[in-house]
Amino acid sequence: MFDWILNLFHSLPTVMQILIGIQLIIIPLMLGVAYLTFAERKIIGYIQVRVGPNRVGPRGWLQPIADALKLLMKEVIVPSNANRFLFFSAPVLTIAPALAAWAVIPFFEGGALADVNAGLLYLLALTSLGAYGIIIAGWASNSKYALMGSLRSAAQLVSYEIAMGFALVGVLMAAGSMNVGDIVQAQSGSVYHWFLLPLLPLFFVYFISGVAETNRAPFDVAEGESEIVAGFHVEYSGMAFAVFFLAEYANMILISALTAVLFLGGWLSPFQGILPAAMFDWPVIGTLLGDGLHWFLIKTALFLFIFLWLRATFPRYRYDQIMRLGWKVLIPVTIVWLFVLGVFVAFDVGPWFA
Amino acid sequence: MKSVRHFFKSFLFFELLLGLRLTGRYLFRRKFTVQYPDEKTPMSPRFRGLHALRRYPNGEERCIACKLCEAVCPALAITIHSEEREDGTRRTSRYDIDLFKCIFCGFCEEACPVDSIVETHIFEYHFENRGEQIMTKDKLLAIGDRFEKEIAEARAIDAPYR
Repeated sequence: MFDWILNLFHSLPTVMQILIGIQLIIIPLMLGVAYLTFAERKIIGYIQVRVGPNRVGPRGWLQPIADALKLLMKEVIVPSNANRFLFFSAPVLTIAPALAAWAVIPFFEGGALADVNAGLLYLLALTSLGAYGIIIAGWASNSKYALMGSLRSAAQLVSYEIAMGFALVGVLMAAGSMNVGDIVQAQSGSVYHWFLLPLLPLFFVYFISGVAETNRAPFDVAEGESEIVAGFHVEYSGMAFAVFFLAEYANMILISALTAVLFLGGWLSPFQGILPAAMFDWPVIGTLLGDGLHWFLIKTALFLFIFLWLRATFPRYRYDQIMRLGWKVLIPVTIVWLFVLGVFVAFDVGPWFA
Repeated sequence: MKSVRHFFKSFLFFELLLGLRLTGRYLFRRKFTVQYPDEKTPMSPRFRGLHALRRYPNGEERCIACKLCEAVCPALAITIHSEEREDGTRRTSRYDIDLFKCIFCGFCEEACPVDSIVETHIFEYHFENRGEQIMTKDKLLAIGDRFEKEIAEARAIDAPYR
Protein backbone atom coordinates (compact mmCIF):
# COMPACT_ATOMS: atom_id res chain seq x y z
CA MET A 1 0.00 0.00 0.00
CA PHE A 2 2.72 2.42 0.99
CA ASP A 3 5.17 1.01 -1.53
CA TRP A 4 4.79 3.90 -3.95
CA ILE A 5 5.65 6.39 -1.17
CA LEU A 6 8.72 4.36 -0.31
CA ASN A 7 9.70 4.12 -3.96
CA LEU A 8 9.28 7.87 -4.37
CA PHE A 9 11.38 8.42 -1.26
CA HIS A 10 14.20 6.22 -2.51
CA SER A 11 14.18 7.89 -5.93
CA LEU A 12 14.98 11.27 -4.32
CA PRO A 13 18.60 12.49 -4.10
CA THR A 14 20.37 11.44 -0.88
CA VAL A 15 20.45 14.98 0.52
CA MET A 16 16.70 15.26 0.12
CA GLN A 17 16.21 11.89 1.80
CA ILE A 18 18.29 13.03 4.78
CA LEU A 19 16.46 16.36 5.00
CA ILE A 20 13.09 14.60 4.96
CA GLY A 21 14.37 12.17 7.58
CA ILE A 22 15.42 15.08 9.81
CA GLN A 23 11.97 16.62 9.48
CA LEU A 24 10.36 13.29 10.32
CA ILE A 25 12.37 13.22 13.56
CA ILE A 26 12.37 16.91 14.57
CA ILE A 27 8.68 17.69 14.05
CA PRO A 28 7.30 14.80 16.16
CA LEU A 29 10.06 15.51 18.68
CA MET A 30 9.02 19.15 19.05
CA LEU A 31 5.38 18.11 19.38
CA GLY A 32 6.50 15.53 21.92
CA VAL A 33 8.32 18.22 23.89
CA ALA A 34 5.25 20.46 23.83
CA TYR A 35 3.00 17.71 25.08
CA LEU A 36 5.59 16.51 27.58
CA THR A 37 5.30 19.88 29.33
CA PHE A 38 1.54 19.38 29.36
CA ALA A 39 1.90 15.82 30.65
CA GLU A 40 4.28 17.07 33.31
CA ARG A 41 1.85 19.66 34.60
CA LYS A 42 -1.01 17.17 34.49
CA ILE A 43 0.82 14.31 36.21
CA ILE A 44 2.38 16.48 38.90
CA GLY A 45 -1.02 18.06 39.37
CA TYR A 46 -2.67 14.67 39.79
CA ILE A 47 -0.04 13.57 42.30
CA GLN A 48 -0.69 16.76 44.24
CA VAL A 49 -4.43 15.94 44.21
CA ARG A 50 -5.39 18.75 41.84
CA VAL A 51 -6.39 18.57 38.19
CA GLY A 52 -3.75 20.63 36.39
CA PRO A 53 -4.34 22.77 33.30
CA ASN A 54 -7.80 22.11 31.81
CA ARG A 55 -9.04 25.45 30.50
CA VAL A 56 -7.42 25.92 27.08
CA GLY A 57 -9.18 23.73 24.55
CA PRO A 58 -10.93 20.44 25.38
CA ARG A 59 -9.48 19.15 28.67
CA GLY A 60 -6.59 21.61 28.28
CA TRP A 61 -5.11 19.92 25.24
CA LEU A 62 -4.26 23.25 23.61
CA GLN A 63 -2.34 24.47 26.66
CA PRO A 64 1.14 23.83 25.18
CA ILE A 65 0.15 25.69 22.00
CA ALA A 66 -0.96 28.65 24.10
CA ASP A 67 2.29 28.53 26.09
CA ALA A 68 4.35 28.47 22.91
CA LEU A 69 2.42 31.42 21.44
CA LYS A 70 2.91 33.40 24.62
CA LEU A 71 6.65 32.80 24.64
CA LEU A 72 6.90 33.64 20.92
CA MET A 73 5.29 37.02 21.40
CA LYS A 74 7.31 38.04 24.43
CA GLU A 75 10.17 40.49 24.18
CA VAL A 76 13.70 39.09 24.30
CA ILE A 77 15.60 41.27 26.75
CA VAL A 78 19.39 41.42 26.65
CA PRO A 79 20.89 42.45 29.99
CA SER A 80 23.14 45.50 29.90
CA ASN A 81 26.84 44.59 29.74
CA ALA A 82 25.95 41.12 28.48
CA ASN A 83 27.96 39.76 25.63
CA ARG A 84 25.37 39.78 22.84
CA PHE A 85 27.03 37.21 20.62
CA LEU A 86 27.56 34.67 23.39
CA PHE A 87 24.20 35.50 24.94
CA PHE A 88 22.39 34.43 21.79
CA SER A 89 24.66 31.57 20.81
CA ALA A 90 24.17 29.86 24.19
CA PRO A 91 20.58 28.66 23.56
CA VAL A 92 21.64 27.43 20.13
CA LEU A 93 24.59 25.57 21.62
CA THR A 94 22.25 23.96 24.12
CA ILE A 95 19.57 22.78 21.74
CA ALA A 96 21.80 21.73 18.83
CA PRO A 97 23.38 18.71 20.61
CA ALA A 98 20.02 17.79 22.13
CA LEU A 99 18.56 17.47 18.64
CA ALA A 100 21.66 16.17 16.86
CA ALA A 101 21.91 13.18 19.20
CA TRP A 102 18.65 11.84 17.74
CA ALA A 103 20.45 11.03 14.48
CA VAL A 104 21.72 7.68 15.74
CA ILE A 105 18.64 6.55 17.68
CA PRO A 106 17.09 3.54 15.94
CA PHE A 107 13.33 4.05 16.08
CA PHE A 108 12.66 0.68 14.48
CA GLU A 109 14.74 -1.91 12.68
CA GLY A 110 17.04 0.04 10.36
CA GLY A 111 15.18 3.20 11.39
CA ALA A 112 18.10 5.38 12.39
CA LEU A 113 18.86 8.53 10.41
CA ALA A 114 22.59 7.80 10.53
CA ASP A 115 23.57 4.18 11.01
CA VAL A 116 27.08 4.97 12.24
CA ASN A 117 29.31 2.35 13.82
CA ALA A 118 30.56 4.65 16.57
CA GLY A 119 27.01 5.58 17.56
CA LEU A 120 27.58 5.17 21.29
CA LEU A 121 30.67 7.42 21.21
CA TYR A 122 28.72 9.99 19.20
CA LEU A 123 25.96 9.98 21.85
CA LEU A 124 28.42 10.29 24.70
CA ALA A 125 30.11 13.22 22.97
CA LEU A 126 26.93 15.06 22.09
CA THR A 127 25.16 14.69 25.41
CA SER A 128 28.20 16.27 27.09
CA LEU A 129 28.35 19.13 24.59
CA GLY A 130 25.13 20.57 26.04
CA ALA A 131 27.14 21.69 29.07
CA TYR A 132 28.86 24.33 26.94
CA GLY A 133 25.58 26.01 26.16
CA ILE A 134 24.73 26.17 29.85
CA ILE A 135 28.14 27.49 30.90
CA ILE A 136 28.16 30.10 28.15
CA ALA A 137 24.60 31.15 29.02
CA GLY A 138 25.58 31.68 32.65
CA TRP A 139 28.73 33.55 31.76
CA ALA A 140 27.25 35.75 29.01
CA SER A 141 24.31 36.86 31.16
CA ASN A 142 26.58 38.96 33.37
CA SER A 143 24.57 37.94 36.43
CA LYS A 144 25.71 36.33 39.66
CA TYR A 145 22.80 33.91 39.89
CA ALA A 146 23.21 32.80 36.29
CA LEU A 147 26.93 32.25 36.77
CA MET A 148 26.37 30.26 39.95
CA GLY A 149 23.72 28.15 38.28
CA SER A 150 25.90 27.39 35.30
CA LEU A 151 28.88 26.50 37.49
CA ARG A 152 26.76 24.12 39.55
CA SER A 153 25.37 22.58 36.42
CA ALA A 154 28.82 22.21 34.87
CA ALA A 155 30.22 20.52 37.97
CA GLN A 156 27.24 18.20 38.08
CA LEU A 157 27.51 17.31 34.41
CA VAL A 158 31.19 16.50 34.72
CA SER A 159 30.67 14.24 37.74
CA TYR A 160 27.74 12.34 36.31
CA GLU A 161 29.22 12.08 32.84
CA ILE A 162 31.75 9.59 34.21
CA ALA A 163 29.17 7.30 35.78
CA MET A 164 27.09 7.54 32.63
CA GLY A 165 30.09 6.73 30.45
CA PHE A 166 30.90 3.68 32.58
CA ALA A 167 27.31 2.49 32.27
CA LEU A 168 27.64 2.82 28.50
CA VAL A 169 30.89 0.84 28.64
CA GLY A 170 28.89 -1.94 30.29
CA VAL A 171 26.38 -1.88 27.43
CA LEU A 172 29.28 -1.90 25.00
CA MET A 173 30.80 -4.96 26.66
CA ALA A 174 27.50 -6.79 26.68
CA ALA A 175 26.61 -5.99 23.08
CA GLY A 176 30.09 -6.14 21.59
CA SER A 177 29.25 -3.23 19.32
CA MET A 178 29.10 0.56 19.35
CA ASN A 179 26.40 0.65 16.70
CA VAL A 180 23.13 1.49 18.48
CA GLY A 181 21.12 -0.64 16.07
CA ASP A 182 23.38 -3.63 16.71
CA ILE A 183 23.05 -3.08 20.46
CA VAL A 184 19.28 -3.51 20.14
CA GLN A 185 19.74 -6.57 17.90
CA ALA A 186 22.03 -8.09 20.54
CA GLN A 187 19.11 -7.97 22.97
CA SER A 188 16.71 -9.91 20.75
CA GLY A 189 15.43 -13.31 21.79
CA SER A 190 13.05 -12.65 24.66
CA VAL A 191 12.55 -10.31 27.60
CA TYR A 192 15.31 -12.20 29.42
CA HIS A 193 17.76 -11.29 26.69
CA TRP A 194 17.29 -7.58 27.28
CA PHE A 195 20.26 -5.96 29.00
CA LEU A 196 18.01 -4.91 31.88
CA LEU A 197 18.78 -8.08 33.86
CA PRO A 198 22.53 -8.59 33.38
CA LEU A 199 23.17 -4.83 33.58
CA LEU A 200 20.63 -4.04 36.32
CA PRO A 201 22.97 -1.88 38.47
CA LEU A 202 24.23 -0.10 35.36
CA PHE A 203 20.65 0.52 34.30
CA PHE A 204 19.92 2.32 37.58
CA VAL A 205 23.20 4.20 37.41
CA TYR A 206 22.49 5.24 33.84
CA PHE A 207 19.00 6.47 34.57
CA ILE A 208 20.03 8.32 37.73
CA SER A 209 22.91 10.01 35.95
CA GLY A 210 20.53 10.75 33.10
CA VAL A 211 18.23 12.58 35.50
CA ALA A 212 21.23 14.46 36.90
CA GLU A 213 22.54 15.16 33.40
CA THR A 214 19.30 16.82 32.33
CA ASN A 215 19.27 18.89 35.53
CA ARG A 216 15.88 17.57 36.51
CA ALA A 217 14.51 17.20 40.02
CA PRO A 218 15.80 15.91 42.44
CA PHE A 219 19.11 17.04 40.92
CA ASP A 220 17.94 20.46 39.78
CA VAL A 221 20.30 22.57 41.91
CA ALA A 222 21.42 24.25 38.68
CA GLU A 223 18.11 26.05 38.51
CA GLY A 224 17.00 25.68 42.13
CA GLU A 225 14.25 28.27 42.34
CA SER A 226 14.49 28.76 46.07
CA GLU A 227 18.21 29.49 46.04
CA ILE A 228 19.30 31.05 42.76
CA VAL A 229 16.02 32.07 41.11
CA ALA A 230 16.29 30.06 37.89
CA GLY A 231 19.98 29.34 37.55
CA PHE A 232 21.67 29.77 34.20
CA HIS A 233 18.60 31.06 32.37
CA VAL A 234 17.45 33.83 34.77
CA GLU A 235 18.28 36.55 32.28
CA TYR A 236 16.62 34.91 29.30
CA SER A 237 13.10 35.76 28.22
CA GLY A 238 10.78 35.05 25.33
CA MET A 239 12.00 32.72 22.62
CA ALA A 240 15.59 32.57 23.93
CA PHE A 241 14.20 31.09 27.14
CA ALA A 242 11.88 28.82 25.19
CA VAL A 243 14.87 27.35 23.36
CA PHE A 244 16.47 26.39 26.68
CA PHE A 245 13.17 24.91 27.72
CA LEU A 246 12.92 22.91 24.50
CA ALA A 247 16.47 21.68 24.95
CA GLU A 248 15.82 20.52 28.52
CA TYR A 249 12.76 18.56 27.52
CA ALA A 250 14.32 17.22 24.32
CA ASN A 251 17.17 15.98 26.49
CA MET A 252 14.70 14.31 28.83
CA ILE A 253 13.10 12.48 25.92
CA LEU A 254 16.57 11.61 24.61
CA ILE A 255 17.68 10.09 27.92
CA SER A 256 14.42 8.13 28.16
CA ALA A 257 14.78 6.89 24.59
CA LEU A 258 18.40 5.91 25.21
CA THR A 259 17.51 4.01 28.36
CA ALA A 260 14.84 2.20 26.38
CA VAL A 261 17.22 1.41 23.54
CA LEU A 262 20.24 0.39 25.60
CA PHE A 263 18.57 -1.57 28.39
CA LEU A 264 15.03 -2.41 27.34
CA GLY A 265 15.62 -3.52 23.78
CA GLY A 266 14.33 -0.44 21.95
CA TRP A 267 11.86 -1.51 19.27
CA LEU A 268 11.85 -5.20 20.36
CA SER A 269 8.55 -6.60 21.53
CA PRO A 270 8.41 -7.94 25.10
CA PHE A 271 6.34 -10.87 23.81
CA GLN A 272 9.11 -12.03 21.52
CA GLY A 273 10.11 -15.61 22.37
CA ILE A 274 7.23 -15.95 24.85
CA LEU A 275 4.20 -16.17 22.57
CA PRO A 276 4.34 -18.78 19.82
CA ALA A 277 6.00 -17.42 16.68
CA ALA A 278 2.86 -18.11 14.62
CA MET A 279 0.96 -15.40 16.51
CA PHE A 280 3.14 -12.67 15.02
CA ASP A 281 1.81 -13.58 11.57
CA TRP A 282 -1.79 -12.70 12.51
CA PRO A 283 -2.98 -9.67 10.57
CA VAL A 284 -3.38 -6.71 12.96
CA ILE A 285 -2.71 -8.25 16.37
CA GLY A 286 0.52 -9.76 15.10
CA THR A 287 1.79 -6.33 14.07
CA LEU A 288 0.83 -4.86 17.44
CA LEU A 289 2.44 -7.71 19.39
CA GLY A 290 5.49 -7.85 17.15
CA ASP A 291 8.55 -5.62 17.07
CA GLY A 292 8.09 -2.08 15.92
CA LEU A 293 8.12 1.64 16.52
CA HIS A 294 5.24 1.47 19.01
CA TRP A 295 7.25 -0.57 21.52
CA PHE A 296 10.05 1.98 21.35
CA LEU A 297 7.55 4.77 22.01
CA ILE A 298 5.88 2.90 24.90
CA LYS A 299 9.21 2.23 26.60
CA THR A 300 10.29 5.84 26.14
CA ALA A 301 7.00 7.09 27.56
CA LEU A 302 7.47 4.82 30.57
CA PHE A 303 10.80 6.44 31.43
CA LEU A 304 9.40 9.91 30.81
CA PHE A 305 6.68 9.12 33.31
CA ILE A 306 9.32 8.05 35.82
CA PHE A 307 11.11 11.38 35.24
CA LEU A 308 7.93 13.24 36.18
CA TRP A 309 7.14 10.89 39.04
CA LEU A 310 10.58 11.49 40.53
CA ARG A 311 10.09 15.21 40.23
CA ALA A 312 6.75 15.07 42.02
CA THR A 313 8.14 12.89 44.82
CA PHE A 314 11.60 13.96 45.89
CA PRO A 315 12.90 17.20 47.34
CA ARG A 316 16.05 18.71 45.88
CA TYR A 317 19.35 17.06 46.84
CA ARG A 318 21.81 19.13 48.81
CA TYR A 319 24.73 20.13 46.62
CA ASP A 320 27.45 18.19 48.47
CA GLN A 321 25.18 15.14 48.55
CA ILE A 322 24.84 15.26 44.78
CA MET A 323 28.61 15.23 44.48
CA ARG A 324 28.86 12.41 47.01
CA LEU A 325 26.29 10.31 45.17
CA GLY A 326 28.03 10.84 41.85
CA TRP A 327 31.61 10.23 42.89
CA LYS A 328 31.37 7.91 45.88
CA VAL A 329 28.35 5.76 45.04
CA LEU A 330 27.57 5.60 41.35
CA ILE A 331 31.13 5.41 40.01
CA PRO A 332 32.26 2.61 42.40
CA VAL A 333 29.07 0.68 41.61
CA THR A 334 29.74 0.88 37.89
CA ILE A 335 33.37 -0.16 38.30
CA VAL A 336 32.41 -3.19 40.40
CA TRP A 337 29.73 -4.20 37.95
CA LEU A 338 32.06 -3.76 34.97
CA PHE A 339 34.37 -6.27 36.66
CA VAL A 340 31.48 -8.70 37.24
CA LEU A 341 30.42 -8.19 33.65
CA GLY A 342 33.94 -8.98 32.47
CA VAL A 343 33.76 -12.28 34.34
CA PHE A 344 30.32 -12.98 32.81
CA VAL A 345 31.58 -12.31 29.31
CA ALA A 346 34.80 -14.27 29.79
CA PHE A 347 32.93 -17.37 31.01
CA ASP A 348 29.95 -17.02 28.63
CA VAL A 349 27.39 -16.86 31.44
CA GLY A 350 23.63 -17.06 31.00
CA PRO A 351 21.53 -16.50 27.92
CA TRP A 352 23.17 -13.13 27.30
CA PHE A 353 26.79 -13.87 26.59
CA ALA A 354 26.54 -17.41 25.30
CA MET B 1 24.53 -4.88 62.16
CA LYS B 2 22.44 -1.74 62.29
CA SER B 3 24.86 0.12 60.07
CA VAL B 4 24.87 -2.76 57.59
CA ARG B 5 21.08 -2.68 57.47
CA HIS B 6 21.13 1.07 57.02
CA PHE B 7 23.65 0.72 54.21
CA PHE B 8 21.51 -1.73 52.28
CA LYS B 9 18.35 0.26 52.94
CA SER B 10 19.81 3.41 51.45
CA PHE B 11 21.78 1.63 48.74
CA LEU B 12 18.74 -0.21 47.42
CA PHE B 13 16.56 2.95 47.46
CA PHE B 14 14.25 1.36 50.04
CA GLU B 15 12.96 4.64 51.45
CA LEU B 16 12.88 6.28 48.05
CA LEU B 17 10.66 3.48 46.77
CA LEU B 18 8.32 3.97 49.73
CA GLY B 19 8.06 7.63 48.77
CA LEU B 20 7.39 6.77 45.16
CA ARG B 21 4.69 4.33 46.24
CA LEU B 22 2.99 7.04 48.28
CA THR B 23 2.96 9.59 45.47
CA GLY B 24 1.94 6.85 43.05
CA ARG B 25 -1.12 6.24 45.18
CA TYR B 26 -1.96 9.93 45.29
CA LEU B 27 -1.97 9.93 41.47
CA PHE B 28 -5.28 8.08 41.57
CA ARG B 29 -6.89 9.97 44.46
CA ARG B 30 -10.05 11.98 43.91
CA LYS B 31 -9.01 15.56 43.15
CA PHE B 32 -9.84 18.40 45.52
CA THR B 33 -9.92 21.10 42.85
CA VAL B 34 -13.06 23.23 42.71
CA GLN B 35 -13.57 24.42 39.12
CA TYR B 36 -14.22 27.94 40.33
CA PRO B 37 -16.36 29.81 37.83
CA ASP B 38 -18.39 26.65 37.17
CA GLU B 39 -18.49 25.29 40.72
CA LYS B 40 -18.51 27.28 43.91
CA THR B 41 -17.75 26.33 47.47
CA PRO B 42 -20.56 26.75 50.02
CA MET B 43 -20.51 30.11 51.77
CA SER B 44 -21.06 30.83 55.47
CA PRO B 45 -23.75 33.36 56.45
CA ARG B 46 -20.92 35.13 58.27
CA PHE B 47 -19.00 35.64 55.04
CA ARG B 48 -17.36 39.08 54.96
CA GLY B 49 -17.45 40.53 51.46
CA LEU B 50 -18.34 43.89 49.97
CA HIS B 51 -19.87 46.41 52.43
CA ALA B 52 -23.40 47.76 52.39
CA LEU B 53 -25.46 50.28 54.40
CA ARG B 54 -28.92 49.05 55.34
CA ARG B 55 -32.24 50.85 55.75
CA TYR B 56 -35.25 50.23 58.01
CA PRO B 57 -38.29 48.75 56.27
CA ASN B 58 -39.88 52.21 56.18
CA GLY B 59 -37.00 53.46 54.02
CA GLU B 60 -35.18 55.42 56.73
CA GLU B 61 -31.42 54.82 56.74
CA ARG B 62 -30.21 53.03 59.87
CA CYS B 63 -26.92 54.85 60.30
CA ILE B 64 -26.97 57.39 63.12
CA ALA B 65 -23.40 58.65 62.59
CA CYS B 66 -22.19 57.35 65.96
CA LYS B 67 -18.76 56.80 64.33
CA LEU B 68 -18.09 53.60 66.29
CA CYS B 69 -17.14 51.84 63.06
CA GLU B 70 -14.76 54.64 62.16
CA ALA B 71 -13.18 54.35 65.62
CA VAL B 72 -12.86 50.54 65.58
CA CYS B 73 -11.57 50.23 62.03
CA PRO B 74 -8.00 48.91 62.38
CA ALA B 75 -7.07 49.97 58.84
CA LEU B 76 -8.55 53.48 59.13
CA ALA B 77 -10.53 52.78 55.99
CA ILE B 78 -13.75 54.51 57.09
CA THR B 79 -14.28 58.29 56.97
CA ILE B 80 -17.52 59.76 58.38
CA HIS B 81 -18.77 63.35 58.41
CA SER B 82 -22.03 64.07 60.28
CA GLU B 83 -24.57 66.88 60.47
CA GLU B 84 -28.00 67.59 61.90
CA ARG B 85 -30.79 66.92 59.45
CA GLU B 86 -33.87 69.25 59.15
CA ASP B 87 -35.92 66.92 61.40
CA GLY B 88 -33.30 67.26 64.13
CA THR B 89 -31.77 63.73 63.86
CA ARG B 90 -28.06 63.13 63.52
CA ARG B 91 -27.12 61.70 60.13
CA THR B 92 -24.00 61.20 58.09
CA SER B 93 -23.24 63.70 55.36
CA ARG B 94 -20.42 61.55 54.15
CA TYR B 95 -19.68 57.85 54.67
CA ASP B 96 -16.65 56.59 52.71
CA ILE B 97 -14.94 53.21 52.86
CA ASP B 98 -11.62 52.91 51.06
CA LEU B 99 -11.63 49.29 49.85
CA PHE B 100 -7.88 49.41 49.21
CA LYS B 101 -7.35 50.01 52.91
CA CYS B 102 -10.10 47.71 54.15
CA ILE B 103 -8.94 44.34 55.43
CA PHE B 104 -12.46 42.87 55.67
CA CYS B 105 -12.11 42.12 59.40
CA GLY B 106 -15.78 42.76 60.06
CA PHE B 107 -15.16 44.94 63.16
CA CYS B 108 -17.33 47.74 61.71
CA GLU B 109 -20.23 45.31 61.43
CA GLU B 110 -19.75 44.15 65.01
CA ALA B 111 -19.39 47.66 66.36
CA CYS B 112 -22.55 48.96 64.73
CA PRO B 113 -25.34 49.42 67.33
CA VAL B 114 -28.09 49.61 64.68
CA ASP B 115 -26.88 46.89 62.22
CA SER B 116 -26.41 49.54 59.58
CA ILE B 117 -22.98 48.80 58.11
CA VAL B 118 -22.80 45.13 57.11
CA GLU B 119 -20.52 42.99 55.02
CA THR B 120 -22.38 41.08 52.32
CA HIS B 121 -21.58 37.81 50.57
CA ILE B 122 -20.50 39.64 47.39
CA PHE B 123 -16.87 39.03 46.58
CA GLU B 124 -16.82 39.13 42.77
CA TYR B 125 -16.34 42.82 41.97
CA HIS B 126 -13.62 44.91 40.40
CA PHE B 127 -12.55 48.48 39.76
CA GLU B 128 -11.53 49.84 36.40
CA ASN B 129 -10.44 53.35 37.36
CA ARG B 130 -8.55 54.90 40.23
CA GLY B 131 -11.00 56.41 42.69
CA GLU B 132 -13.64 53.74 42.21
CA GLN B 133 -12.28 51.93 45.24
CA ILE B 134 -13.83 54.60 47.50
CA MET B 135 -17.29 53.32 48.37
CA THR B 136 -19.40 56.43 48.98
CA LYS B 137 -22.59 56.56 51.01
CA ASP B 138 -24.72 56.44 47.86
CA LYS B 139 -22.96 53.35 46.55
CA LEU B 140 -23.17 51.60 49.92
CA LEU B 141 -26.87 52.37 50.30
CA ALA B 142 -27.51 51.18 46.75
CA ILE B 143 -25.82 47.85 47.51
CA GLY B 144 -27.88 47.61 50.71
CA ASP B 145 -31.11 48.26 48.82
CA ARG B 146 -30.30 45.75 46.14
CA PHE B 147 -29.27 42.88 48.44
CA GLU B 148 -31.47 43.63 51.48
CA LYS B 149 -33.20 40.26 51.21
CA GLU B 150 -29.98 38.23 51.23
CA ILE B 151 -28.46 40.40 53.95
CA ALA B 152 -31.51 39.98 56.19
CA GLU B 153 -31.58 36.23 55.59
CA ALA B 154 -27.91 35.86 56.50
CA ARG B 155 -28.42 37.91 59.71
CA ALA B 156 -31.46 35.80 60.62
CA ILE B 157 -29.54 32.53 60.25
CA ASP B 158 -26.68 33.83 62.34
CA ALA B 159 -28.85 35.53 64.99
CA PRO B 160 -28.93 32.61 67.53
CA TYR B 161 -25.14 32.72 67.79
CA ARG B 162 -24.78 36.46 68.41
